[in-house]
Amino acid sequence: MNKVPSALNLGIRRGGLEIKQFSRQRESVAFTLLFPVILLAIFGSVFKDTIAPGVTFSQYFVAGMIASGLVNTGFQSLAITIPMERDVGGLKRLRGTPMPASSYFIGKAIMIAASMIIQIALLFGFGLIFFGVQMPNEASKWITFTWLVLLGSTCSTALGIAFSIVPKSGRGASAVVSPIVIILQFFSGVFFVFTQLPSWMQQLAAIFPLKWLTQGMRSVFLPDSFAAQEVAKSWENGRTFLILMLWLAVGIFFSVRKFKWDRD
Amino acid sequence: MVLFSHSIGQSSITTVSVIEVKGLKKSYGAVHAVQGLDLTIEAGEIFALLGPNGAGKTTTVEILEGFRTRDAGSVTVLGFDPQSRGHAAREWRNRIGIVLQSAADAGDLTVIETINHFSGYYSNPRNVDEVITAVGLEEKADALIRNLSGGQRRRLDVALGIIGNPELLFLDEPTTGFDPEARRAFWALIQKLRGTGTTIVLTTHYLDEAEALADRVAVINNGKIIEISTPAELGGRATSKALVSWRDGENIRTEATDNPTSVVTRLAAQFGAEIPELTVTRPSLEDIYLTMIGGMHE
Repeated sequence: MNKVPSALNLGIRRGGLEIKQFSRQRESVAFTLLFPVILLAIFGSVFKDTIAPGVTFSQYFVAGMIASGLVNTGFQSLAITIPMERDVGGLKRLRGTPMPASSYFIGKAIMIAASMIIQIALLFGFGLIFFGVQMPNEASKWITFTWLVLLGSTCSTALGIAFSIVPKSGRGASAVVSPIVIILQFFSGVFFVFTQLPSWMQQLAAIFPLKWLTQGMRSVFLPDSFAAQEVAKSWENGRTFLILMLWLAVGIFFSVRKFKWDRD
Repeated sequence: MVLFSHSIGQSSITTVSVIEVKGLKKSYGAVHAVQGLDLTIEAGEIFALLGPNGAGKTTTVEILEGFRTRDAGSVTVLGFDPQSRGHAAREWRNRIGIVLQSAADAGDLTVIETINHFSGYYSNPRNVDEVITAVGLEEKADALIRNLSGGQRRRLDVALGIIGNPELLFLDEPTTGFDPEARRAFWALIQKLRGTGTTIVLTTHYLDEAEALADRVAVINNGKIIEISTPAELGGRATSKALVSWRDGENIRTEATDNPTSVVTRLAAQFGAEIPELTVTRPSLEDIYLTMIGGMHE
């Protein structure tokens, strides 16, 4: 008797399958991957001014778009599509096989990370060509960028899986999840300059990961001189790392303990 | 409890119970879905569970499948408590197959991609092409699942249930929505599986299906087993009187008898030729079943 395949091995196989399934949903692919680019086009055309010497709004906005792309692609899409999978019986069928829950989660994380990488590449391309967005030119900034994307994507995936237990059905999921994401985006300084928001809004946003992701991305895309304009007068990347790790732990805890495979 | 080993198959003469249930109870709030149910299912048999909706059939099967926890009683399936979790549960799931009532996911994948992927979940899967042939989906192997008909989808469900080469297969209302021809083809497939030594637990609403497939049937009502028997003997069916009916002038006459042959002989002599509109019937499984559950129609 052979052994059952390892959870990691199956997780990687599931990742491949998830990417294949996603890539065949054309409308969804186009919308998900191009949404940040479209937003950049709109905001970049409306706000032409600089927000600090040498910092265009587009430059500021790219940081916010990548951060909120992480939340949209992971948290929002999973918290909506997992209840749909549950509605049609797909999750219950998986539950009846020897595939462990962890493989299912790993598969989702791989799919979300792949989607993020493509989104970011598109955003960079359009930003560079049409909106004069400048890329960071220090290795240390790219290192920060890499861990922010990887940790942010994983954290967002875990929270999306965890939150999928909240909507009762796939049909109602979007109505529950989307307002949360949109409000978070306004509060976290994605669409507006964070320091111009009322302080109660800033403090509320500081509880959730999006504000920290956005701030971390600003440390990558804005000049270091801009750090003085942050609420804490610094980028606080160490604190960002800790808060994202904490939310990742929360997401994993609820995903493992409370995941719902069946409607009832 | 003897562990059932697949390699022993049907040639084994020892009686090994694949499923043992004693005093099973499950309530949902004030609703007592299962109230003290006992059941033993042996290796290699096709066992059908019959009962009206709400009788506790689905709850019982879902407890056996490890989808639900029980309130009381003992349950072993292939020597394992389905309620357990962890790595042992994976090893156990590796040995069973489950065909649920409906699953409409993965519409963007092809038949072969899906079966191939699921085969990777198991330690000793069946050959993917052989399974596709067995369920009669050769011509649809490269079709997207979203483009399959209801019957083809159901056959895919079965393919995914058997790809892991299970020792025990659960089939939940497998032919709902099939046309008569597809149903016959499906029955032939299930009988083929029996030939490989797979134990099959079938729930169905179709009494003719239970009669065609099952070695034994259990009738569940109000959360308890009313009777377990072979389809031919259920509810005293084998020993019940035959009904002989014929046309006598204006009227249809019916006579219940233990000796239908002598009645027919007598009538033949009486009419001297063909007996008008002669029929000899015994109660169908459905007649017996409906009497047992108190004439409750679904």
